[in-house]
Formats: sequence, structure tokens, C-alpha cells
Amino acid sequence: MSDTPTPDVEIDSRGAACPGPLMDLIGKVKDADSGTVIELLTSDEGSKNDVPEWLEEAGHELLRIEEEDDYWAIYIETT
Amino acid sequence: MTEEIVIVGGGSGGSILANRLTERLGPSIEDGDVRITLINDGEYQYYKPAYLYVPFGKKTVEEAKRPIADLIDRRVEFRVGRVTELDTDGKVVSLADGDELEYDHLVLATGSNLAPEKVPGLAEGGHHFYSPEGSQALREELADFEEGHLVLSVIGVPHMCPAAPLEFVFMADDWLRKRGLREDVEITYTYPIQRAHGLEEIAEWATPKLEERDINLETFFNVESVDPDDQVLETMEGNEMDYDLLVGIVPHEGSDLVSDAGLGDDGWVAVDNHTLEAEDAEDVYAIGDVADVPTSKAGSVAHYESTTIADRIASRVRGETPTAAYDGKTICFIETGMDEATFVDFDYQNGPTMREPSAPVHWAKLGYNEAYWLTARGLM
Repeated sequence: MSDTPTPDVEIDSRGAACPGPLMDLIGKVKDADSGTVIELLTSDEGSKNDVPEWLEEAGHELLRIEEEDDYWAIYIETT
Repeated sequence: MTEEIVIVGGGSGGSILANRLTERLGPSIEDGDVRITLINDGEYQYYKPAYLYVPFGKKTVEEAKRPIADLIDRRVEFRVGRVTELDTDGKVVSLADGDELEYDHLVLATGSNLAPEKVPGLAEGGHHFYSPEGSQALREELADFEEGHLVLSVIGVPHMCPAAPLEFVFMADDWLRKRGLREDVEITYTYPIQRAHGLEEIAEWATPKLEERDINLETFFNVESVDPDDQVLETMEGNEMDYDLLVGIVPHEGSDLVSDAGLGDDGWVAVDNHTLEAEDAEDVYAIGDVADVPTSKAGSVAHYESTTIADRIASRVRGETPTAAYDGKTICFIETGMDEATFVDFDYQNGPTMREPSAPVHWAKLGYNEAYWLTARGLM
């Protein structure tokens, strides 16, 4: 898909239950420089809500959520 | 030729596994067809759940340890030594003293390590109850703490015993009330995500209890650094919080052995959730905290996993197809004060059912803390 951002970092949290994917993301964001594009792969539907909620709280940008067959790809950019 | 089973780590998982394997393979061990070697980097096993009680003067760190040699079957070869390298292609374990051990089946049970250095200022500014030294130092600090802001911040996730942070604030609340100090101490509990605990059921159960006890709850609170001089926490979300006494649940990490051997990220072994077999090596298993499975880093998990692995390895040794599988079974006691507790059990498929706390469950927890050594021996 042409609009899909190109990630600098990929986190594959598929198979992890909530809150695993969000915690995996927080851990990576902690170590990431500003402007890093992160792709989070999650099979936990709750991540579609948890992750944007935390991004808003922490001030990072949600770029896109793509729904695949049995998982979601969430793209974010750190600020 | 002797079939070699090597277990690295003599905590709960390692000792229970060694004992269960001797139960299943006793005659083969006696005949010299099978050898079980347990390697640990010290002579003692430490029962970490006891550390929660040390800050409140209810237990001592000394009573929370036993010599491993007293816990394991005499037919297990116990070696004190530090494993420095795993060669999963050559099936060799290297030790710091230069020795090398070949294995047919390798079980990693190396546990978790505390990594306070991952958060600047945390080691200097915070206390914790996850090690003998830490819980003893917190005891001394708490003994003199008569007024101010007590903050328990869950900083590192995953961490051992996920219920312990809630237990600590519930116990601190009760302990301070009983000492007539509660009105002069503000208590705050912080958690990294949008609720009070990783498991939704526990979060929903705990939140009104925190409110009833007048314990502040801060969520989406991820500590980035600690200023030990000004006693301030700074978060990834851009917030600050003053504290007078900080109890920080420090970041945990697995073992460098695991990362160096390419078995998983951050030192946790990537395993199949049910067979606990390493995804990136043959005949390698992981149990307890070091296994990267989607449940708690808790003693009960190590206990149930070790039973599964004992069955699987015993089947392999006998030339059978292993069928035992771990279903994610986890049991945790949760203290809700100094005299009451509840417990939860859950697995991969089923979340916990919350029960009202009671005094008998608290007594059961205290009783189990003593009876644990029977579990370590494989007897319970």
C-alpha cells in the first residue's frame, strides 16, 4: 500500500495478550530518538484503543492503523 | 551412553524440575543411563515472595533461603558454578571455571535480573523489595517514615510477582493506620498503562479498593528518570511527581546467556507457549521467569511449567512422543492488608475470578510461605 509508512523499528507483539503490545511499544519508545517511525504488529484487538490513548497522553503521533487478516499494524512516530 | 539433562538455574523452577525428573527417571538414573545436572551460581535458593513482608518487619531475609543441596534429590548432580556460554548447535554449556558440559536436553531456568540502571536516578533515589538487600534497606527507611508522600511506582514491566505492587500499597496503608501515621502519609500508586494492573479483572477489582483506602492512583505513568536530590519523578508523558519515599518496581531483564545464544530478546527465551521448547534451538527448554510466555513471572508458573517439562523430557528419554502441555496456569495470592488476602487463578484462556479478601486466605498465604520448601523439594 503506497500510504504505508516505512518503519525504522518493527515490534512484533502478535500472540501477546493485552497489555503486552502496549508495554512492548512503551519500552521501545523509551529508547527511541525523536522522529523514529515504529510499526507495532498486534493480534490483540484492544491495542486499537489502548495504543492511540497512550500516544495522545504521551504526545506521540499515530500515523496509521492497518487491518490485516488476523492482526493489526499500528504505525507511530515519536516526537 | 548416558543421556545428559542439564538444568541451568537452581530457583523454584530448576529445583522442582530436577526433583520431578528424578521421580520419573529414577531407575534410569540409578543405572547410569541418565544423568541430571543442576547448575547454579551459588549454594542457596532464595524464596523471593517473602521479601514483601520484610519492609513491614514481618519476616527476615535470612529465613527466606535454603541450601539447594538440601532441596534436591541426592541423585541429581548439583554444581555451583556460573554458566558463561551456551552453544546450542554443539549442545555444550561452558562454565566460568573452564569446564564444558555436553547436553542432550537443556533447560534454562535462570530467572529475572533487576536492572535499575535502565532508569537514570532510580538506583540512587528509589527503594524496592525485590532483593534481600533492597527489602532490608526499605525496612529501615519505612521504620522511620512518619510523614510525607509514599509513592509506589511500577516502572519496569514485566516484573516478578505482578500482584506485589498492589499488595505493598494495601499493606502499607494498613500498617501505617495501625501505627497511627496514616493521616500524615499520602500514598500514591502509579501504573504504566491506562488502568491499575495489566490484567483487566484485577484492575477493576483493585481500583475501588484503592479509592476506599485513600490511595491515589495514577495511570499512563511511565517513569523516565528520577531526580534523587529534589525527589522528583519525571515521566515519558511529560509529568512530574514529588515523593518523599519512592518504592520503585525496577525494570527486569533476562539473561545475557540467552541473548548471546540468540534465543530471544532482552534475555527472555522465545518459546512455544505450551511446550516451552525454544523457538530457535533444538532440545532447549525454558521455565520460570526467563521463559517469554504471556503470563505472570510468578513462582506458581515456574512450578507448573517444570511439571510439564519433566513429563516432556521423560517422554523423550523413553523414546515416546511428548504430550504434556502447559496451559498458562497461574496462581497468585494477593494481600489486601496486614490481616486479609485473596487469591486468583487464571490461564491462557480464562481470566481471573476475583474473590472477596478474607483472614483465612491471608493465613493460607503465610502458611504456604513456609510450606513452599516442600514444593521446592517436589513434594507439594
